[in-house]
Amino acid sequence: MDNYRELTIDSIREGLKNKRFSARELAQEGLRTARAENASSGVFLSFCEEKALRDAGAVDRKLAVGEEVGALAGVPTAVKDVIMTEGLKTTCASRMLENYVASYSATAVKAIEAAGAVIVGKTNCDEFAMGSSNENSAFYPVRNPAAPDRVPGGSSGGSAAAVAAGHTPIALGSDTGGSIRQPASFCGTVGVMPTYGRVSRFGLVAFASSLDHIGPFSRTVKDSATLLGAIAGRDPNDSTSAAVPAPDYAAALQADVAGLRVGVPKEYFAEGLQAEVGAKIEAGIEKLQSLGCEIVAVSLPHTEYAVAGYYLICTAEASSNLARYDGARYSRRSERSETLADMYRNSRAEGFGAEVTRRIILGTYVLSAGYYDAYYRKAQQVRALIARDFASAFEKVDAIVGPVSPFPAFKIGEKAGDPLQMYLADIYTITASLAGIAGMSVPCGKSSEGLPIGMQILTNHFREQTMFNLGHSFEQAGGFCG
Amino acid sequence: MKITEKEVRYIAGLANLSLSDDDIRRYAADMEQILEYVDKLNELDTSTVEPMVQVLSAAGGADTLREDALGASYAADKALQSAPLSGAGHFKVPRVIER
Repeated sequence: MDNYRELTIDSIREGLKNKRFSARELAQEGLRTARAENASSGVFLSFCEEKALRDAGAVDRKLAVGEEVGALAGVPTAVKDVIMTEGLKTTCASRMLENYVASYSATAVKAIEAAGAVIVGKTNCDEFAMGSSNENSAFYPVRNPAAPDRVPGGSSGGSAAAVAAGHTPIALGSDTGGSIRQPASFCGTVGVMPTYGRVSRFGLVAFASSLDHIGPFSRTVKDSATLLGAIAGRDPNDSTSAAVPAPDYAAALQADVAGLRVGVPKEYFAEGLQAEVGAKIEAGIEKLQSLGCEIVAVSLPHTEYAVAGYYLICTAEASSNLARYDGARYSRRSERSETLADMYRNSRAEGFGAEVTRRIILGTYVLSAGYYDAYYRKAQQVRALIARDFASAFEKVDAIVGPVSPFPAFKIGEKAGDPLQMYLADIYTITASLAGIAGMSVPCGKSSEGLPIGMQILTNHFREQTMFNLGHSFEQAGGFCG
Repeated sequence: MKITEKEVRYIAGLANLSLSDDDIRRYAADMEQILEYVDKLNELDTSTVEPMVQVLSAAGGADTLREDALGASYAADKALQSAPLSGAGHFKVPRVIER
């Protein structure tokens, strides 16, 4: 299949209909390219060939008898390994869950399977989704398809790289502080963090429950719109999934964005933003202006406090969520488990990597007696101020546009030794995570070294349609090429 | 703010993590650096700000309470399938009570 790596959901639907290929052939091709490159790329942690061929065969049989098929019929799909897939290993890229086989599927996984998607494998990521470079995987790092000596970003680095390298046209990832948008930016794909509660978190292994999201990766904006449409909606298994109807984003997609007001926050173009990245984003904003958008200067005055607030809230929630790994029920147990207390302490010390341990310790500290008010409560108050910043900005504008990351993909190992510097790089993505609004990274050109740069489009709660329309019109106007 | 190794050891105990002395030293240094940075939140007067404990209440869509009805649940063998040690339909752990 000579054009497999360029396929989209639409061209797959077309090709299946015209019998240019079968769903089985697509799955085989996806598995073949991914497998052939995995020893050097590190993109996948496991493949599920048997299941993929079975699911693809079911799509082919339906098509053969003219039965109705779903929006994702036959589309090879990669799923981040923090998302539960019944009967398949779900390791969270952690030694702790090295042999864990999921006993149920996430609601989002059930939804894409019901729509006909064919899951081919589980993608590598930072351990328990904690990291911005994929270097915290307990197994092996992922290499950026655009530059193999560089990181793909994180934590959903494997899902971003799977799509960027053309192994699958779409993938599911998770975003807590930027873990979809930042790797999408580093790898040159589209990546979407939907509004908090838009997609059920049931079956997403919990890291920070008030910040975790499942969301799509794809090469085109339309494909992300289709994928989000398939997974969005209320789920009784997640009390924080929103009671708001999910529209058909792809069907409603339109390229006319004339008259939309696009906010540019001055705080996102301050010190620390690499000049070359800033120039590409400025050019992207000009492109939106040429499409008829009205560009409006806005201010998000509490931006500089976001990283501090975020790392208190996410570590506190992580320390609580990760208490479940006790060596008794589904995680690995240490050989040194003479007593119950030894079993807990040694299993956890041996199972968790350094970054996860660091966050559990920090989170336990900020929740401990005497510190709760000074840290956790304070951080939640600052979170309220950041949410208020966005609420006032969205009174004036329909969307906010800026960079995703201060710099393009860095070299593997370059920042690994300094956790605080790594956290500070999340500045532009963390604010939207705290406010719970929607965000997307779209490619907007490359650096002089050929590294992809992503532009971030943010919209208010449940306004994904506006975000997709802007991204789609930007793409149609050639914006992805800078 | 000075974070002592003793404090990290105490916190590691609360979190059920047995750490080596090297680890304790490393995490004490990391914590100190991170908490020093986090101190910048104290530049903000938040005495009148309600903490944001819930995302959807501001956004709408939080009306998600349902009937407390009994639903389907796992069979024991499924819940036990990834247990490191199990038997007779239970998780097995080291002896807790001496006979």
